[in-house]
Amino acid sequence: MSKSNKEVPKLKLNQGWNYAPAPESASHVKLKDKYDLFIGGQFVKPTSGKYFDTINPANEEKIAKVAEANTADVDKAVKAARTAYDKVWKKMPPKERGKYIYRIARLIQERAREFAVIESMDGGKPIKEARDVDVPLVANHFFYYAGWADKLQYAFPNRIPQPLGVAGQIIPWNFPLLMAAWKIAPALACGNTVVLKPAETTPLTALKLAELIQESGLPEGVVNIITGFGETGAAIVNHPGIDKIAFTGSTDVGKIIQKAVAGTNKKVTLELGGKAANIIFDDAPIDQAVEGIINGIYFNQGHVCCAGSRLFVQESVYEEVIQKLKDRIETLIVGDPMDKNTDIGAINSRQQLDNINKYLKIGADEGAEMYQSSCNLPGKGFFCKPTIFTNVAQSSRIAQEEIFGPVLTVQTFRTDDEVIEKANNTPFGLSAGVWTDKGSKIFNLTTKMRAGVVWANTYNKFDPTAPFGGYKESGFGREGGLHGLSAYLKV
Amino acid sequence: MATSTIKKKTAAKAPKVEEVQSNGAQAQRLEVLKTYKLYIGGQFPRTESGRYYVATNRKGEQLANVCTSSRKDFRDAVIAARGAQKGWAAKAANNRGQILYRIAEMLEGRRSQFVDELMKQDSTKAQAETEVNLSIDKLIYYAGWCDKYQQLFSSVNPVASSHFNFSVPEPTGVIAAIAPQNNSLLGLVSVIAPAITGGNTIIVLASESKPLCAITFAEVINSSDVPGGVVNILTGKPSELATQFAAHMDVNAVVFCENDELIQKDIQEKASLNVKRVLLYNDVDWFSDKGESPYFILDTQEIKTTWHPIENIGSGGGKY
Repeated sequence: MSKSNKEVPKLKLNQGWNYAPAPESASHVKLKDKYDLFIGGQFVKPTSGKYFDTINPANEEKIAKVAEANTADVDKAVKAARTAYDKVWKKMPPKERGKYIYRIARLIQERAREFAVIESMDGGKPIKEARDVDVPLVANHFFYYAGWADKLQYAFPNRIPQPLGVAGQIIPWNFPLLMAAWKIAPALACGNTVVLKPAETTPLTALKLAELIQESGLPEGVVNIITGFGETGAAIVNHPGIDKIAFTGSTDVGKIIQKAVAGTNKKVTLELGGKAANIIFDDAPIDQAVEGIINGIYFNQGHVCCAGSRLFVQESVYEEVIQKLKDRIETLIVGDPMDKNTDIGAINSRQQLDNINKYLKIGADEGAEMYQSSCNLPGKGFFCKPTIFTNVAQSSRIAQEEIFGPVLTVQTFRTDDEVIEKANNTPFGLSAGVWTDKGSKIFNLTTKMRAGVVWANTYNKFDPTAPFGGYKESGFGREGGLHGLSAYLKV
Repeated sequence: MATSTIKKKTAAKAPKVEEVQSNGAQAQRLEVLKTYKLYIGGQFPRTESGRYYVATNRKGEQLANVCTSSRKDFRDAVIAARGAQKGWAAKAANNRGQILYRIAEMLEGRRSQFVDELMKQDSTKAQAETEVNLSIDKLIYYAGWCDKYQQLFSSVNPVASSHFNFSVPEPTGVIAAIAPQNNSLLGLVSVIAPAITGGNTIIVLASESKPLCAITFAEVINSSDVPGGVVNILTGKPSELATQFAAHMDVNAVVFCENDELIQKDIQEKASLNVKRVLLYNDVDWFSDKGESPYFILDTQEIKTTWHPIENIGSGGGKY
């Protein structure tokens, strides 16, 4: 008997509930008006003499001015990293190297709240996510890799692993501090030195990390943090003194980087875009699956490379799932990221909001049905309502291209075979989700998915011990766990 | 506050009378001596037997009266260790790592106390400092292993049938260890750290001739978020307790570090009563690099293999 004929009870979670404002205070946060480049253990003025503003995307107000590094600044940073590598870091006993990284981990734990607040202010993510997800993961990542520093020979039996040298690291704006941790921690543990560039819209937590690194007593030049736009990133990629490029960002830029380093000896790891399938079978615990779908696509405003942006629902439970999803997004609180009740914060930048809106139009033009929550959006700042597209074709651009926003496309399927085929029919291969009560089906799906991370009856789970990274055009190399070490070692 | 200077006297045995100069006024005060007790289940009891022995330095000067633990004290410790084992093993590996790191932090903060105690027990200052440094660094070393040894010693097994088959290490359970007898702190730390890193709980008998650091180390453990019962420290005579350690039916493994073949054989025989794992570390130099490795963790791990079916339908993989 088809379950779809069953009357679906309507969830009324949001009725009668009015949340009073619960803003997190920013009074304990120490921010300067102007940030210089962190090179050789000092904050130095940019050669360019230029600064740019970083704004709070939730109210469009300027938070601070940040230096723009040009080619000469990049050169200075690479030289500082090289000197630190040759003179100090590669010679340091691994145990002592590890102890520095432990110190950084501990200092982050001590200052966790300050980092969470700045992350939310600068990037627009809800404070509850910055506080409960980003910053704890950051501390744990440093703690985890600190421990590897004196144990590398156990990770690669029959080898004596050697560091690569100077790593150039370019990170995105969706998890600014977490991506800095994912890059810096393993690089240092393996004995490399670092030149890191955070994204232009979210430089502040990386610069605060630079201050913290100064406080930790880490030898000068081991970590250099320079800010700027795409040209600064390109200067890092093209600098001949760089031994390794680690990039997290869009597939388009990843391809440019891969091409740019062709013919050099630079080692590369790329963590690029995704368009993950989140697959709901009819034997799944539906209410839990609905929570997993919500978390999968609306976590961090959907600015997540592994977001579960393509939902596949087995036909027999389609109506039930869609109704529950629509009811559930009505309950999502969209607004001030600094409010502790907020579920969906601000879109990271005007540019990204324009990009998302472009895709909403494309979806409608392609004939998909759009459903949005009826919530009110704040008058200032960049916001987008949680959105669901149904009636989406496999060939539709909204189902093929990465939107990087709170936009879910829904497709249906009948058989396991069909959904495996559809789910894998994408140039991306970063992650996937599977929801079913049947363990044997989970392992069938995880075996068949062409993706680097597969979540079963859960979604968007991260841990420093668990390798993360993509298949196909989602990039290569892994971050996290034992496998994350090889990105920074000659073995 | 005005500066106060404490004039040190070197006599180890007699209660010290120290001159304290505070705000220019002269005052006399008597040094308070520490009572060295046992550490069982997060408490510091005296031995139920009421027995003691006198710990001395090489010159024969009395350092302290130390508990001579009895079989009953050991049994109490096993009960505490057994009670704590499940919860300790269930803690997130990362959390165990943080706790071991915390032990190192506490030890670092009290380093001068340990250096003092080691010097009382005949170490030179340089030797004492080396031993304390190595002990701290060893705890950091094993803190790092807490969430890593699993990745080294686990496997996914490519069985021929349609199964997802994997093997993971799990803690052996309750470990009874007789600490290396020729040093006071480093040997003790060297047997405790790998056992608790791997989620086991442990009862350790301290060095008989150099027992002071063991009980002071218990104070460090006690202030490091280590749940009571995870580490239990006894003082007393290996000659008396080794056989009890090996024979107890609720102990899963026994560690012995000395070259005494008679005791080794006795332990091996008694261990067969409940098929205890016997770990003889008689040729390990705890001061060398060989004194630490993940294989010490593996020594108190069991390997569990799980078979899970894979529903082998659908062929969509690999095409793109």
